[in-house]
Amino acid sequence: MKKVRVILWSMVVIATTVVGGVWIAGGFQNKLPASRTISTAGFAADFELTDYKGMVQTDEDFRGQWMLVFFGFTNCPDVCPMGLSTIAQVLDDLGAVGEALQPVFITVDPARDTPAVLAEYVPQFDTRIIGLSGSAEQIERTGKAFKIYYQRNEDEAAPDGYTMGHTSSFLLFDPNGEFVRIYEYNQKPTEIVSDLQKRLGA
Amino acid sequence: MLQQQIQIKSEAVMNNSKNTLAGLAAALCMVLPSLVAAQEPIPNTQIVVEQPWARASLGTSRPAGAYLTLRNLGDTVISLTGLEADISGMASVHQSKTDANGISSMSPAGDIEIPVGGTVALEPGGYHAMLMKLQAPLIEGETFPMTLLFSDDTELTVDVPIFGMGARGPEG
Repeated sequence: MKKVRVILWSMVVIATTVVGGVWIAGGFQNKLPASRTISTAGFAADFELTDYKGMVQTDEDFRGQWMLVFFGFTNCPDVCPMGLSTIAQVLDDLGAVGEALQPVFITVDPARDTPAVLAEYVPQFDTRIIGLSGSAEQIERTGKAFKIYYQRNEDEAAPDGYTMGHTSSFLLFDPNGEFVRIYEYNQKPTEIVSDLQKRLGA
Repeated sequence: MLQQQIQIKSEAVMNNSKNTLAGLAAALCMVLPSLVAAQEPIPNTQIVVEQPWARASLGTSRPAGAYLTLRNLGDTVISLTGLEADISGMASVHQSKTDANGISSMSPAGDIEIPVGGTVALEPGGYHAMLMKLQAPLIEGETFPMTLLFSDDTELTVDVPIFGMGARGPEG
């Protein structure tokens, strides 16, 4: 049994290495956001996606509010629940000040994460978080507009044989829809809260 | 392997004694005890599991995550090689990584070495037990048994408490 397992894992490692090599050779660099231009170059939020109720939501619908945009997928057992729970904690800690902030979770896995799936999943963490999905093309356009990265990674030991690699940072936009800064999904909620308090309270 | 051994042994006995029944019985007597022994799990005594916890799941359609810390009290290096849990039709250890660009991805962890006198943590954003094909939802407040498999063919079963979906660590 153990030998079989070792052989199987070796095959997985080899397959991953080969696929990874091809992927890098095939222009992985082009798909990366120009490393961290996200934090320096100014840009505006830009999307047209579908919410829980099947309503089309665009960035313009959120003008006048601060927006905290982050990306993920619901078949993600580790990073995404942690990110969602960080946002939920931040909202709780902000209290009334947090009413000026709208967190928006955008899926990078629209094939599985339909608006109905997001409607069931995202509010479990906090009902104030809006979950958005769309067609593969809409998500691709959104990803480019937000300068984020996502990629389907084959993984035999994952549901449906794949997982998604993706930018896990939170992107903060001001009430005019202009990009302000990023936070990391695994940052201490208290750090994010104290920074937001200065901005939202001002 | 074992079947081959049985055949070889039976043939040898049959040719010599020409007593088929006695031959088969003799072969089975030699092989059966080792078969039974192989299925008996050997408990691990050198690893201590600290602060196991899992996030509640929404139904059974998505993979759940579980976490714990492994402490090696023995005097040999040992590796965590796999997981089993009745609640999951497919359990394995995966590893999340986040690069300098804030891009997170996840892949099978392979064997994880636990150094002598040291610890290895399965924690959010790093190693985690990925519980797929859930046979039942993970319900907050309940526990489920999970078996850790080690490189010396020993194993250890722990009861994992289930916290809320938004839990961030072993404190809830």
